[in-house]
Amino acid sequence: MSKFISAQQAAERIPDGAVIMVGGFMGCGTPHKIVEELSKKGTKNLTIICNDASMPNGPDGSDYYGVAKLVHNKQVKKLIASHVGLNPEVAKQMNEGVLELVLVPQGSLAEMIHAGGAGLGGVLTPTGVGTVVEEAEHVHSAIEVDGVKYLLERPLKADVALLSGYRIDKAGNIWYKGTTRNFNVVMATAAEIVIAEADNVVEVGEIEPENIVTSGAFIDYVVDGGVA
Amino acid sequence: MEQSQIKGFIAARVARELKDGDIINLGIGLPTLVPAFLPKGVHVVLQSENGIIGTGPKPSSEEADPLYVVDAGGAPAMVGIGGSYIDSMTSFTLIRGGHVDCTVLGALEVDQEGNLSNWIIPGKKVPGMGGAMDLVVGAKKVIVAMEHTAKGKHKILKKCRLPFTAIHCVNMIITEMGVIEVTERGLNLTEYNPEFTIEQIREATEADITISDNLIAMR
Repeated sequence: MSKFISAQQAAERIPDGAVIMVGGFMGCGTPHKIVEELSKKGTKNLTIICNDASMPNGPDGSDYYGVAKLVHNKQVKKLIASHVGLNPEVAKQMNEGVLELVLVPQGSLAEMIHAGGAGLGGVLTPTGVGTVVEEAEHVHSAIEVDGVKYLLERPLKADVALLSGYRIDKAGNIWYKGTTRNFNVVMATAAEIVIAEADNVVEVGEIEPENIVTSGAFIDYVVDGGVA
Repeated sequence: MEQSQIKGFIAARVARELKDGDIINLGIGLPTLVPAFLPKGVHVVLQSENGIIGTGPKPSSEEADPLYVVDAGGAPAMVGIGGSYIDSMTSFTLIRGGHVDCTVLGALEVDQEGNLSNWIIPGKKVPGMGGAMDLVVGAKKVIVAMEHTAKGKHKILKKCRLPFTAIHCVNMIITEMGVIEVTERGLNLTEYNPEFTIEQIREATEADITISDNLIAMR
């Protein structure tokens, strides 16, 4: 069965109001072609789970890099992220009451997505103990285990995860370049539909099994990003 | 001390806290100056929480690969020889799991219980905590490196007024005025910059500080 769809078809699989995970760190490792189509389509009221809100003026010459495009277009109702400091649009839309922001410590965010993808009931982390994070919606409770205080963080899942990979074979196996692994690896496990955008599509077998970082078993669809 | 010398002076003192082979995470700003001051023979492994263990030098414009290799601030980066790229889960396994020997970061406020506030000014600046909360909870040693006051306003307090990044997490505070260790009994000044008197240091510090019996000059 072919896993190939176009970037446009990928965007069509995301309805208004969907919860989506988007890989990337300040736009590095974000599936830019799919995000571009999503911005063109104008899908509304999205909940986006992403490490950050990216930034304007991307290194690719774009005015708004990665998810910053969706924020700028006011397509995002709720953003779950660890850092939004490089995208001033977020604070502006929060003040206007357009955007709801949920801040999660970066390591907790990774593990909450891991828990969602791995079928675990939550994450026990010392991070955030004694801080305002204790009051956040993603925290179930503060609990003590053998004398140590932890926060019990809820698992995170999404309707659709959008990933980026430098080399992806036709079965969906992924090899990442540079620092693009970031949240892509864990997000591959935690959504109903997982779509990966390939900078380069290769034949099955071209990536050595030892070098496959994300197995195609986690990937539902592949988009040919056709960058290189 | 000239304003232009302060950051380098602090960074140089921080550098002498690091040991050969240490795995280090540096916050933005002043802490990034630290590697330039490492004593001869001391090599540390720099970690970038977005996914590098063993970050290399800053790339030239020819070497830069900004679409694929960046640091935690989103700026072009390079991996050093023997370094590796990791995903975010692995990165925070390193950070939270106690595998980072030392993290050096700035503060908006730090207090005499070792509590740290450096991620939010409610109503004014809400950038998010990024990896800071995990870092200060997980790193074996947390050094706050900053100017002693913010234009004369106290930053070393009896109790932080801004929301905490984490509680009881800071081990050492290094400023242009001195080196302060955070102990169970509070803040202890172990080194002072002879350009200042102890009285001036006390005045610039809201927190209670004790003076070490082995107080030495900071250099």
